[in-house]
Amino acid sequence: MELNSIFYSLIGGALIGVAVTLMLLFNGRVTGISGILASSLSKPSKEGLWRWLFIAGMIAGGIFMHSLRPDFFVNLSGRGLMLVAVAGLLVGYGTVMGSGCTSGHGVCGISRFSVRSAMATITFMLFGFFAVQAVRYFLGDQI
Amino acid sequence: MKSNLSKQNAVSFVVGFLFAIGLAVSGMTQPQKVIGFLNPWDWDPSLLFVMLGAVGIHLISYPLVKRRSSPLLDTKWHIPTRKDVTARLILGSALFGIGWGLAGFCPGPALTSLASGDVRTVLFVGAMIFGMLLFRKTEPHLKLRD
Repeated sequence: MELNSIFYSLIGGALIGVAVTLMLLFNGRVTGISGILASSLSKPSKEGLWRWLFIAGMIAGGIFMHSLRPDFFVNLSGRGLMLVAVAGLLVGYGTVMGSGCTSGHGVCGISRFSVRSAMATITFMLFGFFAVQAVRYFLGDQI
Repeated sequence: MKSNLSKQNAVSFVVGFLFAIGLAVSGMTQPQKVIGFLNPWDWDPSLLFVMLGAVGIHLISYPLVKRRSSPLLDTKWHIPTRKDVTARLILGSALFGIGWGLAGFCPGPALTSLASGDVRTVLFVGAMIFGMLLFRKTEPHLKLRD
């Protein structure tokens, strides 16, 4: 890994840290993306509008970055459509069952020393490792 | 409180925007980097540095912000307080982890990557939303303790 790449990862990570800090400071909320997305699927309400705006902000941020650096969005995973569809289903189902994903448990939870979030993070990293090894075993190295 | 609600909405948009920029800059919108992190035989440590950056900032900012009695635009905090590690938490996280490893996407980078127009990303997000709705439908039959 190049030094340049480490720098980008640290800066991007720090920006995420600033974003979740602003959410906490102004709105008093955890920035958990799976939770925000899942709750936004409920009946629309005035009190829940912030979730739609958060998602709109993410999509707009993606469009902004894609216009500057399309190379940041290249998917070289080699994963096929079938695998991606199954993966999406598992991510949606699992994050609602487990009350969070990488942002809510991984970033916000660990930062406040939540045992639940630490256990969740260890679990999804471990099973992510298993899944990657399974793909390597059955489909070969695609990266 | 009416004006505060619209200010909260504006903050949410800005936070989503910044979060997405952070994800793209950090490399997390490239699934091969996430998959590489989960593969010790050809390890890509990017995700480690993303977590170091994000947690490093929030580890410091969280206790500072929580010194206040309430957030700037609301009367109370909305922070999870549960401490119990349940079978539901672990099983859900395991299923999420499998999906994460299979595609190299978790919810944030997937939403951010919609901008690429890549059919795999659109399919992933659609399946993810379907999965979220499916959990709600099947939850009453699972007999999991909350």
